Amino acid sequence: MKIAVIDYDIGNVKSILNALSNVGVESILTRDEEILLNSDGVVLPGVGAFSHGMDNLKKYNLIDIINNYIATNKPFLGICLGMQLLLEKSEEFGLSKGLGIINGTVKKLIVKHPDYQNLPHVSWNELHPHSIPWEETILDGVKTASDVYFVHSYVAQVENNNNILSCTTYSDNTFCSAVKKDNVYGVQFHPEKSGDIGLHIIKKFVNICDSIRNKGI
Amino acid sequence: MNKKRLIGRIDVKNEHVIKGIHLEGLRKVGNPNDFAKKYYDDGIDEIIFMDAVAAYYDRNSLSHIIEKACECIFVPITVGGGIRTIADIKNALNSGADKVAINTQAIHNPSFITEASRIFGSQCIVASIVAKKVMDNSWEAYIENGREPTGKNVVEWAQELQKLGAGEIMLTSLDHEGTKRGFEVNLYQAVINKINIPIIASGGMGTTNDAINLLNNANVDAVAVASVLHYNLESISTIKKEIKVNNIKIRI
Repeated sequence: MKIAVIDYDIGNVKSILNALSNVGVESILTRDEEILLNSDGVVLPGVGAFSHGMDNLKKYNLIDIINNYIATNKPFLGICLGMQLLLEKSEEFGLSKGLGIINGTVKKLIVKHPDYQNLPHVSWNELHPHSIPWEETILDGVKTASDVYFVHSYVAQVENNNNILSCTTYSDNTFCSAVKKDNVYGVQFHPEKSGDIGLHIIKKFVNICDSIRNKGI
Repeated sequence: MNKKRLIGRIDVKNEHVIKGIHLEGLRKVGNPNDFAKKYYDDGIDEIIFMDAVAAYYDRNSLSHIIEKACECIFVPITVGGGIRTIADIKNALNSGADKVAINTQAIHNPSFITEASRIFGSQCIVASIVAKKVMDNSWEAYIENGREPTGKNVVEWAQELQKLGAGEIMLTSLDHEGTKRGFEVNLYQAVINKINIPIIASGGMGTTNDAINLLNNANVDAVAVASVLHYNLESISTIKKEIKVNNIKIRI
């Protein structure tokens, strides 16, 4: 089994490769079309600005490749900025267009609680279920209110409740912390930085890749 | 409410974990990778590696320690000490660090913070301030690992660093560092309401009560611990459980 991590020059990906290796799977950092399309699972990592992320995807001709990969119905996981890029657009530094795989907009995280107005939201914080049951998803076996590591100032405002896999509350704002649409997943937190729970989530993603591969889609 | 973070701070000199008092009189206490792995296994929320002597040599030599650490540690890792250029930051991130801590270079060239946060994102840039008390409710920022005064007022400097684009501030009390006599609570009280980026308090923790006392009196986001963990005075799980029993949110 092969998992590809998309290489588009954005942020530290070493930990994601290490986490995949820790759960016992072979992974490759690549932007090669053939390797990506032939992978059993693809991870889109990323930190930093939305427009920078989209610009780099364009620069390396990755947008069509990602769309073509997702059309095969094989599993895909966007992490942090990689999740936000799945949406239609972002309001970070003016309006930028996203991949448009999940309906919704990326907006600034607005926090008004008098004691907690710090941004970025840098914290371990809790995952709570929303519209989709967690069984047989990447959150299978994760207990409600488990802590994972967040670092971000923008959040995905997802239009369709049926795409919201989990939500998280920071200050007085409850936001979408994981999305799912068919076999496309996105997580706002960093599973590769979230200790045992994070490794468990990555393991579940790998398991989903493995079972779909065995079904031979 | 926001969960507080417990951070293991590991100061490194020539491959060894070292610990001093007021950042001076450094003693070797162990291997940095062994310490970091143990803290991860015990449930630490984050690790900070500081190159204790890099400031004198204009370079950070922790790359291979970071590379090794991130193979087995899946919590955020910050590296600091001797970060002077954009290439230094790239190098640290390529080694596997998630954030860099910058002190001396921010004083020499404040726009470095702006440039770094524009390139790597503010979430990646921790501005490090070493504070020494000059009179009641007034502190001066020090550089070169606590050796050189800068004339800058700590509260004003923290506000400026936020404006420049820092994502977090690690505020170390030089007077309390290594003393195990508790955090300098009024330092954090003086800064906390003046900025709205996360503050990491560092310097002085001797017992869990010191952390509880700080968190009850100054709403910092994180506490960094060194001696207590290095000398095995209290375990990470005990510290976290006691903090939680005191109605302060923390990941268990």
